Amino acid sequence: MNVVVCAKQIPDPAEPGKLEADNTLDRSGKLILDESDSYGVEMALQLVDAAGGGEVTLVSMAPNGETGGLRTALAMGADKAILVSDDALSGAGALDTAKVLAAAIKRAEPDLVLAGTESSDGYTGTVPEQIAALLGVSSITFAKHIEIDGETVKVHRQTEAGYDEVETTLPAVVSVTAGVVEPRYPSFKGIMAAKSKPVEQLTLADLGIDPSTVGAAGAGQEIVSVEDAPEREAGEIIEDDGEGHARIVAFLENLKVI
Amino acid sequence: MALNRIWVYAEATDGTVAPTTLELLTKARELAGTVEAVYGGDASDIAGTLGEYGATKVYATGDLQGSLPGVPVSSALAKLITEGGEAPDLLLFGTTYEGRDVAARLSVALDRPVITNNTDIAVEGDDVVLTEPVFGGTKLVRTKFTTPGPNIALIRPKSFPAEPAGGGPAEVVTIEVPDYGTAKVTNRHVEETTGPKLDEADVVVSGGRGLGEAEKYQMIEELAKLLKGAPGASRAIVDAGWVPYSYQVGQTGKVVKPNVYIAAGISGATQHLVGMKGSKHIIAINKDPEAPIFSVADLGIVGDVHKVLPKLIEALQNR
Repeated sequence: MNVVVCAKQIPDPAEPGKLEADNTLDRSGKLILDESDSYGVEMALQLVDAAGGGEVTLVSMAPNGETGGLRTALAMGADKAILVSDDALSGAGALDTAKVLAAAIKRAEPDLVLAGTESSDGYTGTVPEQIAALLGVSSITFAKHIEIDGETVKVHRQTEAGYDEVETTLPAVVSVTAGVVEPRYPSFKGIMAAKSKPVEQLTLADLGIDPSTVGAAGAGQEIVSVEDAPEREAGEIIEDDGEGHARIVAFLENLKVI
Repeated sequence: MALNRIWVYAEATDGTVAPTTLELLTKARELAGTVEAVYGGDASDIAGTLGEYGATKVYATGDLQGSLPGVPVSSALAKLITEGGEAPDLLLFGTTYEGRDVAARLSVALDRPVITNNTDIAVEGDDVVLTEPVFGGTKLVRTKFTTPGPNIALIRPKSFPAEPAGGGPAEVVTIEVPDYGTAKVTNRHVEETTGPKLDEADVVVSGGRGLGEAEKYQMIEELAKLLKGAPGASRAIVDAGWVPYSYQVGQTGKVVKPNVYIAAGISGATQHLVGMKGSKHIIAINKDPEAPIFSVADLGIVGDVHKVLPKLIEALQNR
């Protein structure tokens, strides 16, 4: 079974985020594998293992031919990667991103496409479903459990009230929640092996996509302004001297909550 | 792009319309002369509520036969828009499980962008401008559509108050579903919960990694019960499997805006702050005085949750 995993490479969320002059996110520094996608990578490795063979291919879109995050996923055990990198993609919206990823995914001819439910930087949460629509295949979002049964994928899908058992036929796109599996840490052997695994670097021209239809030029949206959000007024911060709980009780009494 | 007609994607469970839908209808009334709803299902038992909140019509697919709504509802809406001649200028969806699926597929079908995670929407001259908080809500990005309608926007729950307009029932218009898709729900599981719902509770008590171990979450449930509130959680302990995902407060979980929010053993990652910083009053207990949660707290106790919580619970029990 062949699985494609959409793997986003993002600025380290632990660092304070910065915007470029055109108000797009500054992605110029080192990029890391989005933790949200590490679950998809792990799930793919387990499913291919359970199927008794196949390949895990990463598909990513990032500026400057960045592969830092992809190497992490390759070190976990993914077999190869396709990276789309093109200056024209700066300012791309969710639909543009989906168009590019869908075109790249087609080349890998997967049985199953896995993605995180949303990225940790843009968190639109629409790209997996858009990819499915563009590929003309079925999709299930918010999976917290996945199993393959012949040509059927069976999923426990997160809902407001609990979860639904949902199934559909392959090929399909499934987005996975954080915590669906425990991502493995790359071993030393894995890290060494990752260095020689193939990363195919593509441009929009390679994918046959007209640059004017994606990226800022084709996004159909334009940032008007970026403003500081109003800050909350500073509160009272006290050290617990053994009576901290009494302050909370008094605070709640004052609000007539108790 | 002036807004003459807005469609709101309606969601409902067992005949009860979701609060997010009512919030969007209320806001839509302010922005456009004609507000209509679209619904994936049989709308006969929700037409009254939708009308009361301002929808004059509801375009409904009828029973979806167990299909996930993404494919059937988006294909039905695309057909209605491209062949029905009643296209809206704007479609509003809640940032929900179903809303995202339908909006995403519809954006492909119409080849229109979708602007996501917004907390406000305004008409400014000829522009429709959406506001999205980024960087943990410290910055607000304002974005406008540059394509002609129908455009698609996803709005976070709790962005607007829900106020009835007192209208009569919405007229139910049944629409054709060209494609039901192959994704089928075969079984539903409802997690047992008691007390108020997380996103509707007046008091929310959330626990995080600082609790140390899963068993200690009992203190959060006990405290929530004593305050007639709902227990919540940070993503860290949901990912760790201590509590179900439905407890999660934050960017990927529920957005809550209770009267009182108590964060115990939560450091206040961006992911979490986004989901709770709109609370009216915030109390934080954390042993790290540098924890970001204190930047939004009205009352912050720098201390050990294992000491503060038992005493707090005892004090409330003795009242």
